[in-house]
Formats: sequence, structure tokens, C-alpha cells
Amino acid sequence: MRILNLFKVAFRSLLRNKLRSFLTMLGIIIGVASVIAMLAIGEGSNQNIKASVASLGTNSIMVYPGNNAMGGVSQGAASNKTIRVEDVEAIRDNCDLVNFISPVDQKRAQVIYGSQNWNTSILGVTNDYLAIRSLTLAKGSTFTTADDRAVAKVCLVGVTVVLNLFGDENFNPIGEIIRINSIPVKIIGVLSKMGQNTFGQDQDDIILAPFSTVQKRMMSSSMYVNSILASGKSEGQVVDAVDEITNLLRDKHKIAPSDDNDFTVRTQSEISNIFGTISKVMTILLASIASISLLVGGIGIMNIMLVSVTERTREIGIRMAIGAKGKDILTQFMIESIVISFMGGLIGIALGILVAELVATFGGWPVVITVFSVVVSFLFSTIIGLFFGWYPAQKAASLNPIDALRYE
Amino acid sequence: MKASENLISVQNLIKTYITGTTEVHALNDVSLTIDKGEFLAIMGASGSGKSTFMNILGCLDNPTTGTYLMEGIDVLGRNRDELAELRNQKLGFVFQSFNILPRTSALENVELPLLYNSKIAVKDYGDRAMNALKSVGLGDRVNAMPNELSGGQQQRVAIARALVNDPVIIMADEPTGNLDSRTSYEIMQIFQALNDKGITVVMVTHEPDIAQFAKTNVVFKDGKIIFNDTVKDRKIATEELKKIALLTDEKSTT
Repeated sequence: MRILNLFKVAFRSLLRNKLRSFLTMLGIIIGVASVIAMLAIGEGSNQNIKASVASLGTNSIMVYPGNNAMGGVSQGAASNKTIRVEDVEAIRDNCDLVNFISPVDQKRAQVIYGSQNWNTSILGVTNDYLAIRSLTLAKGSTFTTADDRAVAKVCLVGVTVVLNLFGDENFNPIGEIIRINSIPVKIIGVLSKMGQNTFGQDQDDIILAPFSTVQKRMMSSSMYVNSILASGKSEGQVVDAVDEITNLLRDKHKIAPSDDNDFTVRTQSEISNIFGTISKVMTILLASIASISLLVGGIGIMNIMLVSVTERTREIGIRMAIGAKGKDILTQFMIESIVISFMGGLIGIALGILVAELVATFGGWPVVITVFSVVVSFLFSTIIGLFFGWYPAQKAASLNPIDALRYE
Repeated sequence: MKASENLISVQNLIKTYITGTTEVHALNDVSLTIDKGEFLAIMGASGSGKSTFMNILGCLDNPTTGTYLMEGIDVLGRNRDELAELRNQKLGFVFQSFNILPRTSALENVELPLLYNSKIAVKDYGDRAMNALKSVGLGDRVNAMPNELSGGQQQRVAIARALVNDPVIIMADEPTGNLDSRTSYEIMQIFQALNDKGITVVMVTHEPDIAQFAKTNVVFKDGKIIFNDTVKDRKIATEELKKIALLTDEKSTT
């Protein structure tokens, strides 16, 4: 029996029961569509997280103080103050692979302008910070090394701060004096709008001031630094730069070779990897839940094919009496179930892409449809058709023609 | 047409069914030869073994012991696939309940055996099926669905299907069981015409008057052949139909 005829026979018998064929197909359609949509949503959020982590600077390196343990009780990460201002200078002077470096002191403070006030983060940084974080200015100019040396009372503000102190995002606040913890500070620049990061944090709710200004005028200690933000000369040199910094700091902090570091060095790619892993786990979770529906769809195929074999016992008997071999009957039913899953797979792909696009358009959620997810879910659905079609087809093929003919 | 060429020769067929602890002898030492060009009617009460015999003759079942030669070839001891091929190319089946596929046109029903015959090219399907339908007088109902056809027409589709692979023998299992006498005679007319063309016909029937259309009658009882003789006063369907036509004419004029 030629293969084209087999397809003709399969299509004809599927068309004979249009509604039933469609409902069987629906199981596969929903399965494939949800796998594709879930993978698209998962991949979208994965890339979104990666992009926003990368926006913190792909080459950046962070140095935090180490954890402190008092009498065996750990105080948690960065609980100790171990990084000094002079460490920053030492790294800047000695580490060849480090491009930019800025100490970072951060605190929250109340900011007042006229009758308005606002609570925000004040970051004491050097000019390098803007380069590492790829920050740009919308208005005004940035502070200089001279400002830092002079402990100048100047600052750069984010648009959220502008909105809350001046009532309008587009207000030009250059030259205005605001008070941070009662200290009058002049606004010399406005940062370009960055929006929210992946974790929902408003990146524009920020004030940047020269490191010395924050440290000397607003922090209680002038010896230590909260953390250091640096960047490697290139992405490939980040790992070596980390070694350089680590060795230098161990040396400066006089840490014996057998002792642990009293500081932690992290790179952007590590953080990016962590979030990447989390999002991958989420994607796998979503996809596996979706593939359960694909499996259920497959069982639906088996169910319908079994019913179909019983219902068409007589037809099978007739076909056998006029010369159909077992394998002809087997192929006929296999093709029917493969056609169901194949067409279901195709419609499912279309529906999955549509759902993903709807989520992207109306949900504002980033989606990325990968060729991989389409190919995999399509192959999976076809394999399910083969797998679940086998048993009913085998059952049909092994029928005894005499009994099948007599079946009422 | 009196060819004495042996088409089918079965010797000492025994078929035993075991139901629980008792053995049932459906066939008890049956021997029969069927010549080429024969028109054989097998009769017998239900349970006499005639259906079992037909199934074995039709290569649908194997006997417990015995020999079966078709055109000199040993049929027994073949596997399912080889039997299927034999049925496809040597035999044509006609059943009591027509057994044509529902929601499938007459032409497609007739094409069905061709699908399983690798010796025939796909492009010839249509012509062959068409010719088979014409030979049973259904050339104008090619695209009709079974539910649009009368019982007699459905049976004729079944006969066309049995003919489409040019079989050497037609196996008919109570072909007129579901038909009225006039339609039955029409079917017999087709069978006699085919038989005249040299096709061997083996037919099971329980109607004595239908058996009169055959050349030879065989009667089964308790798994044995108790009667095997040529039909005297063989009926010719064409003439019987004329008589019926006359009768109905008389009725309508009176």
C-alpha cells in the first residue's frame, strides 16, 4: 500500500469525524502552544534580566568588606568595615588591568527644597562611577576631581528626585540649592532617565555627590569605604583584574596565606550568571508544567484512537478480508495519530506564537520565541503521536479478520 | 464451460474448537475439489460447519489438520501476511451484510482492494474500479454514498469490489440473505454472468431456490458433507426475472 494512499485514507477518516478529530487535536494544540508561550516568556525574562544586569556595566567589579564573625557568630555579608580609602588609591595606582575605580559610600537621607522634602539614596562616588555604570547626564555637568578634593557641596540628581522636589520631571534644577541633612548642596547636573531595573527598583531615585563630600560631611567615619566599584579594561580581563585586586588587598591587609580574605570581590558576570540560572530554572519549571499538558494531549490521542479502533473493528475486518496486511492496518492508524499530532503541532505553534505576542503586547512582558522551542515542542508532539498511536494501531493490526468481520 | 481443471482441492479438513473442556468438531474430515468455472452453492443448517469451511476456503482461517491446494499451491502453513496477499489477488469476497465502508463513495469502496495490491499502478485505480462498477450495472452511481444506494445496489458495489483485482474465485457468504427475492435474482444474474465469463463462484446460502442457480450443490451437516451433486433443472436468473416481470404486469392489468 503506497504511502500517499495511506495519507489519503487517514485524512478521509479524520474528516469523517471532524469534531472528534479537532477535539483530539486540541489537546496537542494547547500543549504545544503552552510550551512555546512558556518558553518564550521564560526566555524573554531571562534576556531582560541579563540585559538589565549588564546595564550595570559588563566589566564592573565590586569589592565589599568581608563578613565579620564575633565569637563564632557571623554578622553576615559586609558586616565588617575593612576597606579603607587608601585601598582605593592603592588599586588605582597599582592595578594595571583596572580601568576605572570609584569608592562608593551610600546612605539614605532626607532632602529638602523649599517646602518639599524627599527621602532618597545619597551616593558618594568619584567621577569614574558614571563611566563604570554608563550613566549620562541629561542636563548640566558632572563634578570634577577638583570638586572632590575641595569637598565641594555639589551634586547630580536623578529625575525622580527632581519630580518630588520641584514638582515636575522636566524642571531644570541646575543651580538650585537643596539641603541634604541640613547641608546646602548645589545641583550641577541631572542624570538621564534610567527607569526601573529588573527588580522593580527605581534607578532614578538617586543623588550622586563627590565621595569626599559624602564621606566627610554626611558619614560618621572617614576612614572606611562601604564598597568599591571598579571596571576591568575589557570583559576578558575582568577575571585577571579580580586576581590583581585580591592579591593587592591581601597584601595591604596583611592576610596570612592560610587565612580567608576580609573582603569579597564580585564581578558583574557572576551576578549575571546567578540571575541567569534563576531565570533558567523558572523557564524549565514553566516548560515542564506546559509539557504535562502536551502529555495529557497525547493520552487523549491514545484514548480516541482506541475508541476509533473499536468503532471501526468491522472496517478493519473488511480491509483485512480484501487483502490488508497487519502492517497496512498498523500504518493506517499510525498515520492517523501522527496526522493529528502533526497538525495539532503546527496549529499549536501558531497559537503559541500568538499567545506570546499577546502577552508581549498587552502584558508588557518581554517575550523571545526561539527556534529551539518551536522545533523541540513540534518534535515532542509528533513523537507523542507516534508513541500514543502505537498501542491502538498495534491492537487494530492484530485483530483476527473473522472476529472483526463478525463484530457488531 | 466444462473445464475439469482443479482449481481448489481440500482433503481431510478437520477443524476443532475447544470450548472449556469439550471439543467441538466444526469440520470433521471434509474433502472437496472445485473445478475452474464451477458455480458451487454450499447449504446447511447453522452450526453445520459451512461457515467454518468458507472461512478456511477464503484463507481467513486455518484448519486443525488437512490439506488445501489452490491452483496446485499449498495454502496451509502460510503466515498472516501471505494469506492476506492470497485473499487480495486470488479471492473476492461478497458478504450477507454487504460490508462496504460507510461514508465512502461507491468508487472508493471498489478501489479499496487495489490499495493493498502492489501490482497495480495508482493511475489505473480509477479505470479498474469504473470498469468493475460498469460490469455490475452501476456505471451511473459511481459517486453515490452507501446510504444513497438500495440494498441490491450496495451488494452490487460489494461484487464490483470483489471483482476489481480479477480474482480466480468469488466467495459469497449468503449474498442474498438481506435482499428480497427479485433483488436476489438480480444478484444471481450477475453471478451467472460472471460465471459464464469463467469466474469460479462459491456461495453459501440457506435458501434452496437460490441454490438452484448454481451448477453444483453441496450440503453440510454436523461438520460433514452429506450431499454433493450437480443441480438438475438449473434456474437461469435472466428468465426468472422475466417471469417476475410478467407476473407483476398481470397483477397491474387485473
